[in-house]
Amino acid sequence: MQDIIQQLEEKRRQARLGGGEKRIAAQHAKGKLTARERLELLLDPGSFEEWDMFVEHGCTDFGMADQKIPGDGVVTGYGTINGRLVFVFSQDFTVFGGALSDAHARKICKIMDKAVQVGAPVIGLNDSGGARIQEGVDSLAGYAEVFQRNVLASGVVPQISVIMGPCAGGAVYSPAMTDFIFMVKDSSYMFVTGPDVVKTVTQEVVTQEQLGGAITHTTRSSVADLALENDVEALAEVRRFFDFLPLSNREKPPVRQSFDQPTRVEWSLDTLVPANPNKPYDMHELITKVVDEGDFFEVQPFFARNILTGFARMEGASVGIIANQPMVLAGCLDIDSSRKAARFVRFCDCFNIPLITLVDVPGFLPGTAQEYGGIIKHGAKLLYAYAEATVPKVTLITRKAYGGAYDVMSSKHLRGDINFAWPTAEIAVMGPKGAVEIIFRAELADQAAIEARTEEYRAKFANPFVAGHRGFIDDVIMPHGTRLRLCRALSMLRDKKLENPWKKHDNIPL
Amino acid sequence: MFRKILIANRGEIACRVIKTCRRLGIQTVAVYSEADQGAQHVRLADEAYPIGPAPAAESYLVIDAILAAIAKSGADAVHPGYGFLSENRRFAEALEAAGVAFIGPSTAAIAAMGDKIESKKLAKAAGVNTVPGFPDAIKDAEQAVKIAGEVGYPVMIKASAGGGGKGMRLAWNAQEAREGFVSASNEARSSFGDERVFVEKFIEQPRHIEIQVLGDKHGNILYLNERECSIQRRHQKVIEEAPSPFLDTKTRAAMGAQAVALARQVGYSSAGTVEFIVGPDRDFYFLEMNTRLQVEHPVTELITGIDIVEQMIRVAWGEPLSFAQKDVKLNGWAIESRLYAEDPYRGFLPSTGRLVRYRLPEESPHVRIDTGVTEGSEISLYYDPMIAKLCTWGKTRDEAIGHMQAALDACHIDGISHNLDFLAAVAAHPRFREGRLSTAFIAEEFPEGFHGAELQPEQRQALYGVAALLLYRSALRETTIAGQMPSYRPPPDTAFIVRAGEESLPVAIQPTALGVRVEIAGKSFDVESAWQPGATLFQGQVAGRPLSALVRRRGLGFRLTHGGAEVDVAVLRPRAAELAALMPAKQPPDTSKFLLCPMPGLVVAIHVVPGEAVKAGQPLAVVEAMKMENVLRAERDGVVAKIAAAAGDSLAVDQVILEFE
Repeated sequence: MQDIIQQLEEKRRQARLGGGEKRIAAQHAKGKLTARERLELLLDPGSFEEWDMFVEHGCTDFGMADQKIPGDGVVTGYGTINGRLVFVFSQDFTVFGGALSDAHARKICKIMDKAVQVGAPVIGLNDSGGARIQEGVDSLAGYAEVFQRNVLASGVVPQISVIMGPCAGGAVYSPAMTDFIFMVKDSSYMFVTGPDVVKTVTQEVVTQEQLGGAITHTTRSSVADLALENDVEALAEVRRFFDFLPLSNREKPPVRQSFDQPTRVEWSLDTLVPANPNKPYDMHELITKVVDEGDFFEVQPFFARNILTGFARMEGASVGIIANQPMVLAGCLDIDSSRKAARFVRFCDCFNIPLITLVDVPGFLPGTAQEYGGIIKHGAKLLYAYAEATVPKVTLITRKAYGGAYDVMSSKHLRGDINFAWPTAEIAVMGPKGAVEIIFRAELADQAAIEARTEEYRAKFANPFVAGHRGFIDDVIMPHGTRLRLCRALSMLRDKKLENPWKKHDNIPL
Repeated sequence: MFRKILIANRGEIACRVIKTCRRLGIQTVAVYSEADQGAQHVRLADEAYPIGPAPAAESYLVIDAILAAIAKSGADAVHPGYGFLSENRRFAEALEAAGVAFIGPSTAAIAAMGDKIESKKLAKAAGVNTVPGFPDAIKDAEQAVKIAGEVGYPVMIKASAGGGGKGMRLAWNAQEAREGFVSASNEARSSFGDERVFVEKFIEQPRHIEIQVLGDKHGNILYLNERECSIQRRHQKVIEEAPSPFLDTKTRAAMGAQAVALARQVGYSSAGTVEFIVGPDRDFYFLEMNTRLQVEHPVTELITGIDIVEQMIRVAWGEPLSFAQKDVKLNGWAIESRLYAEDPYRGFLPSTGRLVRYRLPEESPHVRIDTGVTEGSEISLYYDPMIAKLCTWGKTRDEAIGHMQAALDACHIDGISHNLDFLAAVAAHPRFREGRLSTAFIAEEFPEGFHGAELQPEQRQALYGVAALLLYRSALRETTIAGQMPSYRPPPDTAFIVRAGEESLPVAIQPTALGVRVEIAGKSFDVESAWQPGATLFQGQVAGRPLSALVRRRGLGFRLTHGGAEVDVAVLRPRAAELAALMPAKQPPDTSKFLLCPMPGLVVAIHVVPGEAVKAGQPLAVVEAMKMENVLRAERDGVVAKIAAAAGDSLAVDQVILEFE
């Protein structure tokens, strides 16, 4: 027994050392932490229960039989974040460059299976050179096993990927199928084929950072949701983010103590919408003044900035916020913003997170780039996402709600539960000028007549009343009291039950 | 008494006048430009009338528009505030013609004092000390050089119609006198439409001390003691106080007597201010007389207990002054800080935009706030960038400064740049505290501009203590989340590491009834506060002393703003601190390749072309904002690669104007 314990201690020591002091120093020199150091920061101190510390790979080819390190390049198990259960895997770049072997993949699959069974999220810390080439097809099989589990877990438990080093080739598709991807600036990258192959095939010269760095993926490709300064900040943000999410689709979003009164009045919101309809304003201000403690966790803040998506809390309970941003492209819907918001809405709906939609939308962006790019299908994604969502949906129209975009943005007609409007709201098929030019085409030559018609149209539609008469708007509320009205609507809806007809799965226009 | 007073002004001063009218039971009428719809002064007044587009020249300066508002409202008197039409003789005459009272001095007094050359002559006649110089308009540069030589360098060349620091040039030799004459007269022409300039001796280490006078229509004239306004930046007053830390009773009485004599000379019958320049030997010289209510009048009100606006109204109605010189008190000390929408970190450039957050401390016997904006107001580029006046009163100067520091720390302004940090830095400056002031104070003490105040080690430690409490309360709240594993116990940690800039110190944190006890660097003290997560203002006691700081989440910790400095502090578990220390320091992106627009404004001219080699200091472009033309110069030698803006473009802050190779 004593002997066994000694051996055990020795094996644990070896496992904890990973690829050895030298490789750890090299990892640190790159500004990166080791797999275990990262878990120390991610999880509550002392909460980590490690599994499969002694797993080793079974490969005997290319001299691999002599190279075995307990754990085989990935640390797996479960632990807690502020006391709540989470399953984790953390790839160890110091062991075979974090390359994925059959054994490595099986370790990941093991925690994923358990996470789905018990209903707890999975957080993956990715830092891997790619497939364990020595293992050949076994490694590829390992990836596919993980992919399959990503898909089965999708919508059952939240999955978060943090890219903290290389993630290239087939490896990218596991994070791609998780719910959120966070990347660390300067030390992480993701691409299907690296700069060398790109150069051979397309003659493009590009750096790793340009091709797949954190900035690229959070501003251009929208593959990633957030770019963070370094490992330590990234893991701190993941902890903060985790507190917004329920553990599984069987749970309601978490509630924590809030020191912000629902009755808080914000008089300055009365002047947020400028008198001039062509003047933009920053929708962030409305969000931060309405939610608990001004705490808005924005996702994809630098991609499709004409729509804002992110999490916040109302009376301590998580909500998802989708808001048109008049500061960028007048807040219109286009391909990028529709995709961004649609995916966010669907995530919230999967996990019972109520939706607050703040609307100031002049319509869809016109142009050949949009039409050729398939705005019809992409715009339909957001429409589809809102229409199928059964979570509580509270909508506030602050200013423009024009045309099809009005319908899309969580309108009454898409089962919006509570639809509010500020007195500045204008709900119409289009702006007064465009409308008059169509309806009164015959009078176009007569400048004075057109102006009079425009005024007539403005008087009729540039207000919330027409929609109000039909019950499409439940109430017109004063901006300064918005927080209380939203809080009340959400607490009224807390136990909302609504089910869509049974289906194998839906067929969203992908 | 007047039934209804129209205030021909905007902003804080309009609000200030309305306040007194209210107290006196007089109805108020506001006027407003298109930019001021819904402004605070409009909301406070009983009635309000639009008077034209946003630019002052098309609204607040249009006499006919004001007259129309008077006619519509039926106001029987007008208070002009300061600036705009307050010292405009034609306005006063127009009111007289319309049979409406002007709450200010007679048109004759305005006219006499409105001209700098005229006013000097009058002052001399009244036996008032004047600065040696040549009081008549200078014909040309050569005459300027000749007279400067006679008066003795250094000399100041000044616009006759000047004010606010415009059209003034200092010359130390003939060459500078020649150049100064040209630029001063050019500026005078463009600013005032009057190119006359004159020359006078420049007083070194000068203090700006002014006497508040008050006269009625029955020949009574009093002085309400002095104000010292030496803390100026480019002739714009920043901090004023009353009394002056420099004057003795004898000098005060002498200055008061001369000020009254001058007022008497012009038959002055309202509130007015006689400005003096005071040399190191307490020799004082008349500078000019302002025939209006002064921006900084609140400090006088705080030490005398007299409502100057009320006195102006009563005197205008014809009442005799109800008190005599011997009744004028000098009680305690008052300081005023002018809160400007300008960025001290970027050469004090004006800032415009929406006041997303605007929280000022509560008024109290020690704190008075005069402001014309509220949270959600728009600071436009059309008007003066002053958004509020923060005044504090104490029994002594030290006490008043202490209250000022506390008041500045308790302000929360977001959405625009502001000078709070700079004001706090001045208030904490040893030379300011000693009262060794001069109008060159800011130029001498901040020669390289402003880069945030330096905190004392004990102040930093106090902030670390604050951060410890913030961390403790935040961590405690995080553990209140629902859905925890039953076995979970919040970690009972007490040992942490404070990281701030280069510093990294162990700290022990123990909860107490009202906060935490902090042990840091061998010291142990209590931090007590009702602060809860999410609150942006920390107010509490640190080691038994009150402390306020602005709190924002930043990276792993908090950014605390206190005493004019911003401090980023993170309180981490020892292990987390160890790992955080491994993270590489990242350089901010290099923007020196670009010339960025330092403020929102209009491009007036671009002086260079692509490919041109430029020397450090060479003008590259001119941007106009707040009616000021700002010349942007090359910071170092280089070659222009690309020009991204053209004359006539309207640029946002930090927009690229041109790029260097």
